[in-house]
Amino acid sequence: MSNKVLKGKAHMFGADVDTDAIIPARYLTTIDPVELAKHVMEDADPEFPKKVKAGDVIVAQKNFGCGSSREHAPIAIKGAKVSCVIAKSFARIFYRNAFNMGLPIFESADAPDRIKPGDELEVDMSTGVIKNITRNESYHAAPIPPFMQQLIEAGGLMASIKKKMGVN
Amino acid sequence: MGMTITEKVLAAHAGLKEVAPGQLINCKVDIALANDITAPISIKEFRQAGATKVFDKDKVALVPDHFAPNKDIDSANQVKMVREFALEQNLTHFWDVGRMGVEHTLLPEQGVVGPGDLVIGADSHTCTYGALGAFASGVGSTDLAAAMITGEAWYRVPETMLFSLKGKPAKWITGKDVILYIIGKIGVDGALYKAMEYTGDGAANLSLDDRFTICNMAIEAGAKNGIFTPDAKTKAYVEGRFKRTPKYYASDTDAKYCERMDIDLSTMELQVAFPHLPSNTRTISNVGTVKVDQVVVGSCTNGRYSDLKIAADLMRGKKVAKGVRMIVIPATQDIYKQAMKDGLLEVFIDAEAVVSTPTCGPCLGGHMGILGAGEKALTTTNRNFVGRMGHRTSEVYLAGPAVAAATAITGKISSPEDVL
Ligand code: SF4
Repeated sequence: MSNKVLKGKAHMFGADVDTDAIIPARYLTTIDPVELAKHVMEDADPEFPKKVKAGDVIVAQKNFGCGSSREHAPIAIKGAKVSCVIAKSFARIFYRNAFNMGLPIFESADAPDRIKPGDELEVDMSTGVIKNITRNESYHAAPIPPFMQQLIEAGGLMASIKKKMGVN
Repeated sequence: MGMTITEKVLAAHAGLKEVAPGQLINCKVDIALANDITAPISIKEFRQAGATKVFDKDKVALVPDHFAPNKDIDSANQVKMVREFALEQNLTHFWDVGRMGVEHTLLPEQGVVGPGDLVIGADSHTCTYGALGAFASGVGSTDLAAAMITGEAWYRVPETMLFSLKGKPAKWITGKDVILYIIGKIGVDGALYKAMEYTGDGAANLSLDDRFTICNMAIEAGAKNGIFTPDAKTKAYVEGRFKRTPKYYASDTDAKYCERMDIDLSTMELQVAFPHLPSNTRTISNVGTVKVDQVVVGSCTNGRYSDLKIAADLMRGKKVAKGVRMIVIPATQDIYKQAMKDGLLEVFIDAEAVVSTPTCGPCLGGHMGILGAGEKALTTTNRNFVGRMGHRTSEVYLAGPAVAAATAITGKISSPEDVL
C-alpha cells in the first residue's frame, strides 16, 4: 500500500447501515459502477447521490454494511468516487468485499463520534491516521491486518490469483 | 486442546490437525455457490483473470432464483450469462426455471450439501447449511470467483458462541421464534465474525427445518456461520439424499467458547421483529394493533413444506382478510408438488391467497409482491431493513408461518390462538 493520503468531506451515517440502504436490491440488475452510484445510499439519504463529491468520506457508527453479500455495495460506493469509509466496525462480508474490491475502509473507535458532517478529513492509508482539518484533531484507525496487506501487495484477490496462474 | 465443530470442519479442509480462533487458513471447498445477482460478477472476474475452466464441474452450483422467472430485460440478460456459463462449463449443479428453487432450500433438499462440508456461497444466507453440521458461510462475488478457479478460500478461524438449548418448544413455536429471540437478545452484530453453535437436549427437539431457519439467520446477528451437531434426525434427513459421503463432526467436551447463552425452549413465546432491524423483536402479546396490507409465506428462511403446512392448517376453510394480499411461495419445485398433492395449495387458493412459482421474489423487493409507499407487510422472510420489500416508506415485520397465517386471516398481526 502506498503512502497515499485520501482527502474529502465527511458524510455522516448511523449504526447498522445495511446493504439495502447502501444499494437497494431493486437496482441489482446491473453491475455498472456508474449506474449503481446514481442510487448509492439513497434509502438512507435520498440526496446523497447528488451531493457526494469525488474524494468524500463516509463516516458511520458500528456494523457498517450489514445484511447481504452483494459486492454491489462497495462497488456503488467506489462508483460514487468516495475515497474511503470510516466506521466503528464493519459487517464481516462487507469487510471482506471492500478489501477485495479495493475500497479502503478504516475501523476507528473515536473518529465516528468526533467528526461532524462536512468536516474536511485527511486519511493516511499507510498509518491509519485520520486528520480532521476543520477541527484540528487527529484520530487513529485500526491497522490493516497483515494477511490483508499481503493480498494488497499482490494487488488484490483476483490479481494475486492471476499471478499464481501466470497471467499478467 | 479440544476443538469446536466449526474448528474441526475448518481444520479438516485446511489439511491441519488443529486450528485455533484468529488463525488464518486456506481451505479446500466442497461446494461453491452463486445466484443470478452474484454469479454475473464472479463470471466476469473469472474471465478477466484469464481462467477457462472451473476447478471441478461437480462442485460449482449456480441457482438463478432472485429475479427468476426473469422479471425484466436486465435480469433476463444476467441469467442468460449465468446459463451460458453453466452450459459452457458443463456444470452438474445448475437449475433453470422449472427446476430451480430458492438456493438455500434447494441445495440441502437435492443432497448437494451435507454434513462435514465446507461450503462457500456468494450469498449471505449460505450459512443455512450449518443445520446439517457443515461449515457454510457467505462471501462476495470476488471471493467466489477465486474459489471457482482454485477450489480454495481463505478464512480467519472464528471464535465460537455456544447456545445451549433445553426443553421442548410449545405448539406453534418454530425455529423462527428461536432465532428472532436470540437476535433480539444479542443484536444484529451480537455475533459479528463469530460462529453460533447450538447444543443441548433442546436441539434434539428441533426438526431439521427448524435448524435450517435458525442457521439461515445467523448472518442477521453478524455471524460467520451457524452450526448444529449432526444427530439421528440429521442422519435420517441426509440418508438416500446426500450424494457424497457425510462426515459427522462434534465439538470436544473441552472445546473453548467465547460466550455462552442458555435458552429454555419450553417457555419461548411467538416472536415478531418490528421494522427496521431483525433485532427489534417483541413477543406476540406485546405487538399491539398493527394492521397489514400484505402477508408473505416463503423464502429460504420459511418456504419449506412444514411452513406451508402450518399456514395451511390454520387457513383451512377461512379467508384472507379484506384489503390484505397474501402471497405463498413454495421454496422449491419438490415442495410445490408435495403441497399440491396434499391439498395445501387448494387451501391457500380457497382462502383467496395467491400461490407463486418458487422464487426469492418479494423477499428482497425483487418482484412478485412489492410494497407501495407506507404499506406494511408481515412476512416469514429474514430481513426488515428500510426498503427491503419495496418503497422506502414501507414497513416489514418478520415472524414465523403461524403468525403469518393468523395475520392474513385477521388483517392485523395476530397469534394463531386468535383464529382457532
Ligand atoms: S429468499 Fe430472500 S434471503 Fe433467501 S436467498 Fe432469496 S433473496 Fe436471499
